[in-house]
Amino acid sequence: MYRIVKKTALNPTVTRMDIEAPDVAKKAQPGQFIILRVDEDGERLPLTIADYDREKGTVTIIFQIVGASTTRLNMKNEGEFIEDFVGPLGTPSRVEGLKKVCVVGGGVGCAIAYPVAKKLHDLGAEVHSVVGFRNRDLVILEDDFRSVSDKYMLMTDDGSYGEKGLVTNALKALLDAGEKYDEVIVIGPVIMMKFVCQLTREYGVKTTVSMNPIMIDGTGMCGGCRVTVGGETKFACVDGPDFDGHLVDFDRLMKRNMMYKPFEGDRKREADCRLMSKEVE
Amino acid sequence: MPNMSNVKTPMPEQKPEIRSCNFEEVALGYTPEQAMEEANRCLNCKTRPCVKGCPVNVPIPEFIAYIREGDFMKAAEKIKEMNLMPAICGRVCPQEKQCESHCVRGIKGESVGIGRLERFAADYMLANSKAPSDKPEANGHKVAVVGSGPSGLTCAGELARLGYDVTIFEALHKAGGVLVYGIPEFRLPKSIVQQEIDSLKAMGVTLKTNTVIGKTKTVDELFDEGFEAIFIGSGAGLPSFMGIPGEEYNGVYSANEFLTRINLMKAYKEDSQTPIMHPKKVCVVGGGNVAMDAARCAKRIGADVTIVYRRTEKELPARLEEVHHAKEEGIAFRMLTNPVAIEADENGWVSSLRCQEMVLGEPDASGRARPVPKNDETVDIDTECVIMAIGNSPNPLISSTTAGLDTNRKGCLVLVDESRGLTTRDSVYAGGDAVTGAATVILAMGAGKSAAAAIHEQLSK
Repeated sequence: MYRIVKKTALNPTVTRMDIEAPDVAKKAQPGQFIILRVDEDGERLPLTIADYDREKGTVTIIFQIVGASTTRLNMKNEGEFIEDFVGPLGTPSRVEGLKKVCVVGGGVGCAIAYPVAKKLHDLGAEVHSVVGFRNRDLVILEDDFRSVSDKYMLMTDDGSYGEKGLVTNALKALLDAGEKYDEVIVIGPVIMMKFVCQLTREYGVKTTVSMNPIMIDGTGMCGGCRVTVGGETKFACVDGPDFDGHLVDFDRLMKRNMMYKPFEGDRKREADCRLMSKEVE
Repeated sequence: MPNMSNVKTPMPEQKPEIRSCNFEEVALGYTPEQAMEEANRCLNCKTRPCVKGCPVNVPIPEFIAYIREGDFMKAAEKIKEMNLMPAICGRVCPQEKQCESHCVRGIKGESVGIGRLERFAADYMLANSKAPSDKPEANGHKVAVVGSGPSGLTCAGELARLGYDVTIFEALHKAGGVLVYGIPEFRLPKSIVQQEIDSLKAMGVTLKTNTVIGKTKTVDELFDEGFEAIFIGSGAGLPSFMGIPGEEYNGVYSANEFLTRINLMKAYKEDSQTPIMHPKKVCVVGGGNVAMDAARCAKRIGADVTIVYRRTEKELPARLEEVHHAKEEGIAFRMLTNPVAIEADENGWVSSLRCQEMVLGEPDASGRARPVPKNDETVDIDTECVIMAIGNSPNPLISSTTAGLDTNRKGCLVLVDESRGLTTRDSVYAGGDAVTGAATVILAMGAGKSAAAAIHEQLSK
């Protein structure tokens, strides 16, 4: 059992939790992920590590409430326990030696992009951050990002905060203004990563993406997290989750991620119903 | 006067049409009367040929003699002298290739049902034994066991018996390895595996789940923590794919993923939080026990299932009993058929499996006839789901993070002393599928047992 040390709502649909897991905290690196189960019958839910505190022995996760499992997770409060928490899994982000980087985050993907930006900043790299959200209410980690970025550009789809537009608009503007990056690191919805990669390919800038496909064990056992990279089949859990964005077959990945959509819809409704009936009781 | 019937006393089992719709155990086990009747078929040969066929040397004639006399608890104790987990072995061992293949009664008729009797005695003990015996006296030595499958559990049990302070590290949230994620409930009820694990805990074994050795901790860190010897029984968990076009489509599973969703995550249950596809038609590629397990699971969640295998029925590597059960349950066998591509609809969902017809050619390195395409023609088999059950290899997570631990071309750990299970690294032992590649439960148990003896020899010096 793993204790929830701290719980914060970052916005109405995104929650941050610090979980007590000393063994994981001791080893965690930016870019790696954990798998958790909320309760005894829960599914195995992979989440990227958003931060860690080796001294306190805690690992921070940030999740969007999208399905049954994240709904159940969000029902847990500070001081309560979750059943299972295993990691760190996957290969850490390779950031050593980079001098100037643009980190692009979309929505809850910013939770994963932030520790990467922070690590780059700590290593002395010049960090430009471009983050995008649908609207002002969904903005997360603004102060955190600002504190580790030499340049920070915030985009919203509807212009309710920051600049109106997509992250690709901002990134294009930076590239057109002559910014030369060693690498662009982009983490967010698959569709966003696809378009960022299309843009950076035109400019010939190396781009790394972080995948979050369907998986069970996170150790290479199920093979469910197959992604096609440069025509080869890779397991995101052990070979990734970071890959060369110019080699990833995004269209295939988007289709694979639809595999359990019908099922998830059902479960979400069910979980909501259970939640309602609990409140009525 | 021995029972001279030429056939085994039949064991009651669920009818195929009923069991193919549920996940309860297929074979129901002997009653005491049936067990005594079958035990009476044993001639109690002086030369004990059956024992030679057992990888862990269970004293077979002796335990059968106790069953014949009606002393079932003594029978189980006799087995346990050599085999800590008889309720599991009695169900999943390929007895027809081991002990039973050496039985004198098998010359004229069927051998004695040794596996069925082992299962009976073990189940009797599980149902009737009182509180577990006292913990053995501690000897002050710490040993780590990596992986809680058959080899790890056996090694841990043997060492705990000798008073070692044993900690098992398991990557998943539940202990049991392939016994819980791979072998389905209807062949090996998970409550039995749990009872075996509980009895290890009662002996003082510590179990740490959610710990991936190679990630959460390394082998070197385990030594730093004071473990004096380490046994690696991490199995063969890396699924193979064929490398044919279309394996990325929705509806293509590795047998590992399909079985793990169903067995470990209980996706077959209505209220499970873990999703699984419910296809109308499934093709399972492969002919081993894993293929049979996957096919029979798919059948139970409502699919029409076809097993596609590139050789003939004679070459199927699966146990005869599994093939027989699968056929009884209505699973179709399409032999001499080899997939060359998976086709999908415009949304990326599997629509058919494109295959070539094969013929058997010259024997290959394994001694089996090599299947070769009959001609260039292909045939499409309609299906929504393809399950690849063509084998597994060991996971590189440990070998790649441990200096001095050598592996062979197939990723299997290399042993410098096979009989002792010693790897190329001092004080690191290994056994089971991590060494052999995918093999059987009992071979893994045998390896766990010999490694335990070697560790004891090293640490008691």
